[in-house]
Amino acid sequence: MKITEELVDYISILSRLKLEPEERAAMAGELEKIVSYMDTLAQVDTQGVEPMSHVLSAVNVTRPDTVEPSFDREALLRGAPARDSETFLVPKAVE
Amino acid sequence: MTWETVIGLETHVELATATKIFCSCTTQFGGAPNTHCCPVCTGMPGALPVLNEKVLEYAVKASLALGCTVTQNCRFDRKNYFYPDLPKAYQISQLYLPIGRDGKVSFPLPDGGRKTIGIHELHMEEDAGKLVHDPWQDQTQCDYNRCGVPLIEIVTEPDFRSGEEVVAYLEKLRETLQYLGVSDCKMQEGSLRCDVNLSVRPAGSDELGTRTEMKNLNSFKAITRAVQYEAQRQIERIQEGKRVVQETRRWDENKDATYPMRSKENAQDYRYFPEPDLPPIQIGDDDLARLRAQMPEMAEAKRERYQAQYGLSAYDAGMMTSEKALADYFEECVALGAEPKTACNWIMTQVLRKLKELGQEPGRMAFTPDRLCRLLALVEEGSLNRNTAVAVLDAVFEDNGDVDEYVRAHGLSQVRDTGLIEAVVAQVLADNPQSVADLRGGKEKAFGFLVGQCMKALKGQGEPKLVNETLRRKLEEL
Repeated sequence: MKITEELVDYISILSRLKLEPEERAAMAGELEKIVSYMDTLAQVDTQGVEPMSHVLSAVNVTRPDTVEPSFDREALLRGAPARDSETFLVPKAVE
Repeated sequence: MTWETVIGLETHVELATATKIFCSCTTQFGGAPNTHCCPVCTGMPGALPVLNEKVLEYAVKASLALGCTVTQNCRFDRKNYFYPDLPKAYQISQLYLPIGRDGKVSFPLPDGGRKTIGIHELHMEEDAGKLVHDPWQDQTQCDYNRCGVPLIEIVTEPDFRSGEEVVAYLEKLRETLQYLGVSDCKMQEGSLRCDVNLSVRPAGSDELGTRTEMKNLNSFKAITRAVQYEAQRQIERIQEGKRVVQETRRWDENKDATYPMRSKENAQDYRYFPEPDLPPIQIGDDDLARLRAQMPEMAEAKRERYQAQYGLSAYDAGMMTSEKALADYFEECVALGAEPKTACNWIMTQVLRKLKELGQEPGRMAFTPDRLCRLLALVEEGSLNRNTAVAVLDAVFEDNGDVDEYVRAHGLSQVRDTGLIEAVVAQVLADNPQSVADLRGGKEKAFGFLVGQCMKALKGQGEPKLVNETLRRKLEEL
């Protein structure tokens, strides 16, 4: 599959990424390599192989509906690029 | 030209679990920002979700109640979108194998008719966090307390033709989910949220017009009005020779109008793929049978039964089943031996009055059915007159006080001592010869006066029937 710069633009909009022109070209090349690997995979004969949605054979991994203490807020916020005393901060995202 | 409005609904319902869908944080409403959070629900790298078993159970029960076929081999999918209300940059949802499919719901309409609509699918997913914009800093604050709260989304077929039908369906849906105990469905608290897809077409046409999706509809009133407004807007556009644009519109309750949401919020390319962090789900036939057996009697069935079995009127049966907690209360009273119509009457007048006064909901009521039954028994046997019983209920309701103890402590028992009543009646007759003469002369009103005098002498506690009988008898003996 050919990754055009237009497609890179589209994906960057969906991903909220702002790419410089030289990054676009580089990204197109890298993405094409990744996608062409899928083409390699697609060559495998999968006739008669049941599609699976998970690599493990486990099913029904659940937990009981019992409340456990939540995390220390300070510990959660510590790694955030921007924060105030109670919340994570991001650039304006609400109308 | 006559136009037909075609509506389909997507309803999000918060499930009434104690914990979130993929982690053990509480789902309790409120709390200081980001205090009901952990690495899973804040999307920390490496954190792994584990499905809450209750979510699965509730989703299956809801599917069954809405007549859906349960997908016994199902799984979750990843819905990718970059918006800070979901810190993982994706929502775990279900696209390819939703838990419920092809359901049917039948409900009564306000005009007395019935309507049946199709359920396209029901799926499980996680709720998003809350964003608060700070206009001074031009920044957005993210609070993830609601992030990861379990939801089911119920998608109908485009089977509705009016806002009234939509509201009638939502009422039925709310009632059904409340009776199942899977959600409290409080629209004002956002535990039931509805998006309306609407298009118009010439009446009689089989083709669907271009639809718009309306969000932010948080009351039945808003839905009715938004449907009217949006249908009219689309019809006018078409009549002006313009076309309807497929877009998401926001209902503005203050302005009574819908507005397009910004186009970048409209970019819908979610690049779904199977969720690799969660293994698939298999629901065995035995599990399904077990859950099916747990389905409670629904409100409509109860309404019919109350009328047939207990002789309640349609209105009374409707009141008794308006909330499951109230229906449970009523049924417990009947099981404890209360006469159904009497119990219903007391619940409708006194119990609901007290609940309203205290701002309480039936589910959180302290006053237990056995207390009410005791009170009714005291009235029935003549130990308390009705007004006194109401006063007793008033006094003990909030703290579920003991009825007998209260009656004893306040000397409220009705006087049924025949000796005492006879003595009082004799005295009243002796003191009021004029009234006795009036009565003999045909003035029935005088009898009421004499009863009143007896009751006054008995401090209002004489049993009315006994006082009446004694008075009649003594008058004849005179």
